Amino acid sequence: MNILDIQGLTLATSQAALVEDVSFTLAPGEMLALVGESGCGKSVTALAIMRLLAPAIRRTAGAIRFDGTDLAGLDDEAMRRLRGHRIGMIFQEPMTSLNPVFTIGEQIAEPLRLHLHLSPKQALARAAELLDLVGLPTPTSQLARYPHQLSGGQRQRVMIAAALACEPRLLIADEPTTALDVTVQAQILALIDRLRRQLDMACLLITHDLGVVAEYCDRAAVMYAGRIVETGPAADVFATPRHRYTAALVRTMPARNPPGEVLPAIPGQVPPPGQRGQGCPFQPRCDAPMLHCAERPALAGAPHPVACWNPAA
Amino acid sequence: MTALLEARHLTVHYRTPTATLRALEDVSFTLADSEVLGIVGESGCGKSTLGRAVLRLTEPTAGEILFRGQDLLALSGAALRLARRDMQIVFQDPFGALNPRHRVSTLIGEPLTIHGLPNREQRVAELLDLVGLPPDSGRRYIHEFSGGQRQRIAIARALALSPKLLVADEPVSALDVSIQSQIINLIADLKRRLGLAMLFISHDLSVVRHVSQRIAVLYLGRIVEIGPAADLFDRPAHPYTQALLSAVPQPPGAPKRERILLEGDLPDPTNPPPGCAFAARCRHAMPGCTATRPDLIRRATPHGPRETACHLYEPA
Repeated sequence: MNILDIQGLTLATSQAALVEDVSFTLAPGEMLALVGESGCGKSVTALAIMRLLAPAIRRTAGAIRFDGTDLAGLDDEAMRRLRGHRIGMIFQEPMTSLNPVFTIGEQIAEPLRLHLHLSPKQALARAAELLDLVGLPTPTSQLARYPHQLSGGQRQRVMIAAALACEPRLLIADEPTTALDVTVQAQILALIDRLRRQLDMACLLITHDLGVVAEYCDRAAVMYAGRIVETGPAADVFATPRHRYTAALVRTMPARNPPGEVLPAIPGQVPPPGQRGQGCPFQPRCDAPMLHCAERPALAGAPHPVACWNPAA
Repeated sequence: MTALLEARHLTVHYRTPTATLRALEDVSFTLADSEVLGIVGESGCGKSTLGRAVLRLTEPTAGEILFRGQDLLALSGAALRLARRDMQIVFQDPFGALNPRHRVSTLIGEPLTIHGLPNREQRVAELLDLVGLPPDSGRRYIHEFSGGQRQRIAIARALALSPKLLVADEPVSALDVSIQSQIINLIADLKRRLGLAMLFISHDLSVVRHVSQRIAVLYLGRIVEIGPAADLFDRPAHPYTQALLSAVPQPPGAPKRERILLEGDLPDPTNPPPGCAFAARCRHAMPGCTATRPDLIRRATPHGPRETACHLYEPA
């Protein structure tokens, strides 16, 4: 059974829709990437799952089911019991997510005491085990350190240790390596990949980096202007992209082009919420638009679903 | 031929009350006219310090910077200001680098005013056109523009004085993928049209590979390897360069390659280890590596000279 099942999710402010009709599922042990550029709605989708949306943003349609339970039906207390317990979350900037006045031992121990009711001593012992799990050297002596005493990669490991403390069924990782160097990124992604297999934990990875998706994820959902425009096995989505946007993104990567040559850039920019039109939102930037594109395409078709009237493959 | 820019033993130390942070140690390189030298390395390796030091935005602790044979460190006042016309910088975050209270025409024209150059309005119009912004952009304010357009404005400002050298410090790192390509294309186009030489600093190796002719790899303030871009990418010699390149996620569809996962973190730059700074994380480390620091050793390659600082490549 799916651990996460999102159907028809629509999120909006009083002015405009931010996310429209987004549906996807996630099975235990599976890693799904939500890929897209700034403002495409990927992070706000993750916040909606955690029910951490800013007050101005409302879920106007759709349902989010976690382990069979509709999250909209839970009261705040029940939701609090889920967060950090059965759903873990890590963010891009570990420095702003960790509390600077508490030791990392206290911060990893907090969910263990809160959710699993461990004694302070048990919780610290478990925190040391977790630091060992995420590959921080000499974990016991690390427990007394403060976030500012750690490097960026070490802080992100601490975040992961805290997110995994209660062995969540679902880990939401929002750009977990964007602020990190490539060698540290490789360490952190290899760690997440190993842990999700080891713990049979579902993982929702939010990223803009296509290379990361192709390398670590089972499936990918490409978002553009608030909608999923293409979804399928990660390898297929990027080897044979069907949506013109996905195809253009893959084509424009510097690594895919001969050095020094002009990159096949995508003209224009992503339309902001409220200016996305009635038809396909990518149509103004598309290299193969048709008359039909004035009407919004549905996400459908084979070999994997795409929302495009004139697919590239 | 005299190089446009030559750095000799460039060293920058930042002093704090309790320690000396060795940001840059004994860095030497040359840059020819219209050449792009990519500077890569991880956070804290000294790449931004290097970019700032060659412009004397950060004062070097030791070493020489020769710009067209002239020692920049010997200049001051009006002479330094005059030399700086030929060298400009573009930063990662254009919003932080541009004053939000000024109109775009003021921002782009400011270098002309400072240097007392004529025909300001005409030049601003030319520059807007050069970086692909609509002519009416000059009347607007920076907050009215998207990230990519702001970077175009920052580039136009940097080009106002027709510099010979542009230091580009992570110019596309804050931009989305689809916008990043537009700016990379703009920078490459400007380089071709204006014959600009560039120090292109980035942590994104595929971007650096795309725009650079030569690449220098920095580790803990020192160049550990420098050479022709294609050759360095295809045949990295220094174990750190090998690990760095192997960590880059492969583009979709590319064959997977062996990944060298580095353990641990950078050594403390206030207390660098003796010997090779990379030795503690190196899979080829030998007993001598922690004792003596390897010098950069030059070898000829079909694409040009390559220098590598590693005991593995020292002649027996």
